[in-house]
Amino acid sequence: MKTITYLWAGLLTISLPSLAGNEAIVGMNPVAVAFFLFFIAATLGITYWAAKRSRTATEFYAAGRSISGFQNGLALAGDYMSAASFLGIAGMVATKGYDGLIYSIGFLVGWPVIMFLIAEPLRNLGKYTFADVVAYRLQLKPIKILAALGSVAVVILYLIAQMVGSGKLIQLVFGIPYELAVVIIGALMITYVLFGGMLATTWVQIIKAVLLLGGATIMTIWTLAKFGFSPESLFQSVKETAGEKWLQPGGLVSNPIDAISLGLALMFGTAGLPHILMRFYTVPDAKEARKSVFFATGFIGYFYILTFVIGFGAVVLVGLEKITSIGKGGNMAAPLLAQALGGDAFLGFIAAVAFATILAVVAGLTLAGASALSHDLYVGVFRKGESSEEQEVKITRVAVLILGITAIVLGIAFKNQNIAFMVGLAFAIAASTNFPALLMSIVWKRFTTAGAVASMATGLFLSVVLIILSKTIWVDILGNPEPVFPYKNPAIVSMTLAFVVGIVVSLMTREPEAEEKFEEMKVRKYLGIGAE
Amino acid sequence: MNKDELKKILTDSDFQNLVKKVSSISLVFTAAILIIYYAFILLLAYGKEFLGQPLSEGSATTVGIPIGIGVIVAAWVLTGLYVYWANKNYDPMVKLLREKFRR
Repeated sequence: MKTITYLWAGLLTISLPSLAGNEAIVGMNPVAVAFFLFFIAATLGITYWAAKRSRTATEFYAAGRSISGFQNGLALAGDYMSAASFLGIAGMVATKGYDGLIYSIGFLVGWPVIMFLIAEPLRNLGKYTFADVVAYRLQLKPIKILAALGSVAVVILYLIAQMVGSGKLIQLVFGIPYELAVVIIGALMITYVLFGGMLATTWVQIIKAVLLLGGATIMTIWTLAKFGFSPESLFQSVKETAGEKWLQPGGLVSNPIDAISLGLALMFGTAGLPHILMRFYTVPDAKEARKSVFFATGFIGYFYILTFVIGFGAVVLVGLEKITSIGKGGNMAAPLLAQALGGDAFLGFIAAVAFATILAVVAGLTLAGASALSHDLYVGVFRKGESSEEQEVKITRVAVLILGITAIVLGIAFKNQNIAFMVGLAFAIAASTNFPALLMSIVWKRFTTAGAVASMATGLFLSVVLIILSKTIWVDILGNPEPVFPYKNPAIVSMTLAFVVGIVVSLMTREPEAEEKFEEMKVRKYLGIGAE
Repeated sequence: MNKDELKKILTDSDFQNLVKKVSSISLVFTAAILIIYYAFILLLAYGKEFLGQPLSEGSATTVGIPIGIGVIVAAWVLTGLYVYWANKNYDPMVKLLREKFRR
C-alpha cells in the first residue's frame, strides 16, 4: 500500500512539468493541481484505512453492511451523478435550453421506481448482487450466467463512456495528454477498489457527492447573485441573448414514440444498473435501504435543478459562441461558467470536482463488474455456489485488475470514436436485460428459470441489435443513408419484448419448486427474516 | 427456519394483511410516478405551445419551467411520502410479527 502511494507521488511529480498544454483552458492551474493532489491524497488515505477492513467477502462487496441510510443516500448520488450528468446536462441546457431539463427529469424518475418496487425486497433477498435475487428461487447456473452477462455489458459500456469523456475533460482542463489522463484515472480506480473494496469506494463516492453538490451550489448562488437572485431576470437575459426558444421545449421530443422509448430506458434502466443495485447491500436492513433512496432522490433532484441554472448562467455569462467553440456538445459550459464567475482559481476547483466525480463513478462500476465476474460467474456458476470467502475475494481482486486494465485499454482505443450512444445503450441494456427479470422474480409466482433466461437473452440481444440498426450507429458511424430501426432508443421494443417473452415462456413451462419457494420467500421478502 | 414455522407465518392473518397492504401501497405509488412522468412526456409531445407560453404577461419564465421542476420535486415528495408511510405502518407490523414468531 505504501509503495503504491510513493509510486503515485513519483508519477505525479514526473508528469507535472508536462502538464502545460496550449489546448488547455486552465493550463497549469495551481489551484486545480493543489486540489487534485489533495483529493488524491485524501482518497488514498481512506483506501489505506479501508484496506484493513476489506478482508471478508461481505466487507469487500458490501462494506460489512455498516453504511447508514444517509451515507448510502449520498454514496448513491455520488455513484449516479456522472461527469455526463454534470457537464453533459449543463452543456445541454446551455446549447439546447429547456430540452436539457427534460433529460435530467428522465434520469431522476427511475429512483422512485427503485423505491416502490425494488429497494426493500432486493435488500432482504440478496447477498451482494442483484443476480442473487433473480436466482433466489430459480436455477442458479443459467440465471447467473445471463445476469452476469447483462451486468458486465452495462458496466463495460458505461466505463468506456466515462473513460473517454474524462480523458477528454482532463486533457482540455489540465492539458495532460489524453492517454496519461486515462491511465491516471484507471490506476486510481484500481487502487481504490483493489485494496479498499466497497468501503473505500463508498467514501470516495460520499466525498465526491459532497464536493459536487457544494461546487454546484456555490456556482448557482453566484450566478443568481448576478441577477439579483431573481430567476425571472436570469431567464429574461437568456431570452435576450439566445432567444425565447431556449425557454421552450424544442426538438428533443419531436416524436412521442421516441420520447416514450427514451423515458422507459432512463426510468427503468436506473432500476437495472448493477452498480446502483449493489449499493443496497451496504446498509444493515431494508429500512435503511428505503431511507437511502429518499436521500439519494433528494440530492440528485436538487443537483439537476442546479444544473438547469448553471446551464442558463453559462449562456448569459459566457456566451454561446465561446461554449460551442470549446468542446463538443457544450460540455465545457460548467467549467467556463466557473471561470467567468471566479477566474482561474474557481475554474480549478470545479475542474478538480469534475475529476473527483469521474473517479467515484468508475470505482463503483469496476466493483460491480468485478462482483458479477467473481460472485456471479466464478462462485455461482463454476463453483456451484460453493467457495471459501478468501478464494472469492481473491478472484474478485483479479477481476478488478482485469476490468480496470480493460477499461484503460478500451478508453485509449475509443479515443476518437463517437461514444455518445454508449450511456444510452448501457441504460437500454439495463432496462431490457436486468430490470424485467429482476422485477418478475420479485413479484410473480409463476416466473420460471426458462422464462427468466429467455427474457434476459431477448432483452440483451434486442437492445444491442436495435441500437446498431438505429440512427446513432447505422447512419452516423457506419455511414448508411437510412436507419433500419426508426427510433433513437430501443427500450420501447426491447424492454417490452423482454417482459412478453419472459411471461409467455414462463406460462409454457412449469417449475413447481420455484412456485413453492416463492411462497416461502415472502417471509424473508416482507419481514427480513433470514436476510443477510 | 423449518417448513412448519414458515407455514405458520404464511397462514397468519396479520402477515397476509401486511402483504396485501404493502403490495397495494407500492402499486399506488408506482402508478403515481408513472402517471406524473408520462403525462409530462405526452405534454411535451402534444402540448409544446402550452409549455412554451409565458407564465404571465411579458415574463420570460415559461409554463414549462415550473412544471418541469415540479416533476423533479414530485418524484422526491413521493419517495418521502412512501418513507413516511412505511415508518408509520410497515415497520411496526414487521416488528409485531417478528415478536409474535420470536424471530
